Amino acid sequence: MTIATRVLQRNLLVYRRTWRGSLFSSFMTPLLYLTAMGIGLGSLMESRGTTLLGGYDYLHFLGPGILAASVMQSAVFESTFPVMGKIMWRRNYEAMLATPLEVRHLLIGELLWIGFRCLTIALVFLGILTLFGIPRGPLAVLAVPAAILTGLAFSAAVIAFSATQRNDAGFSWMFRFIINPLFLFSGTFFPVTRLPDPVEWLAAATPLYHGVALVRGTILNDAPSLAAWPLHLGYLVVFFGVGAVVAHRLLRRRLVT
Amino acid sequence: MSQSLSEVLVHARGLTKRFDAMTAVDAVDFDVATGEAFGFLGPNGAGKTSTMKMIACSSPITEGELTVIGMDPRTQAAEIKAHLGVVPQTDNLDAELTVRENLEMYARYFDIPDEVARRRADDLLEFVQLSERAKDQVDPLSGGMKRRLTIARALINEPDLIILDEPTTGLDPQARHLLWERLYRLKQRGATLIITTHYMDEAEQLCDRLVVMDKAKIVAEGSPRELIERYSTREVLELRFPDEVKSGLDGRLEGLAERVEELPDRVLLYTADGERALEAIHAREIRIDSALVRRATLEDVFLRLTGRSLVE
Repeated sequence: MTIATRVLQRNLLVYRRTWRGSLFSSFMTPLLYLTAMGIGLGSLMESRGTTLLGGYDYLHFLGPGILAASVMQSAVFESTFPVMGKIMWRRNYEAMLATPLEVRHLLIGELLWIGFRCLTIALVFLGILTLFGIPRGPLAVLAVPAAILTGLAFSAAVIAFSATQRNDAGFSWMFRFIINPLFLFSGTFFPVTRLPDPVEWLAAATPLYHGVALVRGTILNDAPSLAAWPLHLGYLVVFFGVGAVVAHRLLRRRLVT
Repeated sequence: MSQSLSEVLVHARGLTKRFDAMTAVDAVDFDVATGEAFGFLGPNGAGKTSTMKMIACSSPITEGELTVIGMDPRTQAAEIKAHLGVVPQTDNLDAELTVRENLEMYARYFDIPDEVARRRADDLLEFVQLSERAKDQVDPLSGGMKRRLTIARALINEPDLIILDEPTTGLDPQARHLLWERLYRLKQRGATLIITTHYMDEAEQLCDRLVVMDKAKIVAEGSPRELIERYSTREVLELRFPDEVKSGLDGRLEGLAERVEELPDRVLLYTADGERALEAIHAREIRIDSALVRRATLEDVFLRLTGRSLVE
């Protein structure tokens, strides 16, 4: 297990040089959404009442959703091109597997690294939300582990997908038809109860929906969002666990021939 | 099989690798002794790399028996890999790290303490003549430099066995000679090397003993000298004839050499004494364009054993 942290250390060493560049993609886009929609669109909506949003200002409703969705997007990105690069373009994994490291160490190391990325994004975002006065009470701190779990649940599944890809065409397909719709329809921007029932059920089957519920519930200290917290948590844990087992199997199949 | 068990570093019997229906390595037997430089020669697709990958514990064995440093790759891969240095066919250096970081980070994968890793990195950069480039990124390095860095990286854990898969493929002559010289030094220090190559001069320079592989099997084994003695003659006389002479050659070269090989552009006479064969040609008044007497090389052995048809 400790040897898996070497993979994390390697990524941190690279990150020490590249973190400035990642700031923009990690924070700027979500911040633009938050201000444009939260404040701009929000002021428009409040004139019509906020009962559908559970009585919260739109900015307050949106903030936690954007946090969860941003963590998901970064986790997904880190599980696509960088992982494929290490499999086939730069072949870092081949080099690592010539040492005592084994495939499971590579996977655990990458998940630790992606967990770290989720942690930094969640923390910075929580800070920003605090500047807007959005969090209500100390429970908000739990939004950080909830967001990390959400990110990791996606990451394991996407690493499994990346392990099967022979070029990067599948990624643009995945972002266009899976990640972006999830970003829009998992309760980030509006309650999924507003959707037709079948779509609502579909949304409820995705990890982001459960992640948003936990993050929003903890940050807003919102009892209705948290009513089903064991279900949300359990869903994310199981999704992550199954994803990690499948990712390990597919990475092994790809890397050990 | 005179080596005692403790001296045998790699021991293979009936070693087999299959990919679905394709047999890449077909029941090969070989032993590599401690301190030896052992070569795998063969055309592309002969099964060299597959054999190397099984030894390096990066490819599971389909069938047969293999022990590496006294351990079983099926159950003790991590322990074996801790004592191996691997130089792969294509460089897989970490392009996001500097030259020095490549060594120090790799040391961490072996759980080598940082201060030990730093010291070794200094020594190894010196050894492969890259000290000046320690702080540079990897990408701008020349092919030869990247190879040398890959070799340095393979030495970071002070391996008992160094596995080199076509170490000089794609390098210019200067870079190749520098690399050979470094590998020769490693050999002198007592390192055990396993090398695959399709360069015969490389095999002759570096290998104490080698096997020739063809179509997944080992077809010959011995030292370069032994193989030349067994499968070739001491010398080769290469003759080029004017076209009209060549077409009417039938039988006129008979008895001049142990073996005559006719190629589209020239004729090779395998003989113990090339000069005497050439005198005999002149005595028979056969007109020639040019004649060259040379010592037989491993290349002659290789081509005899694996054929001249192109493998692609």
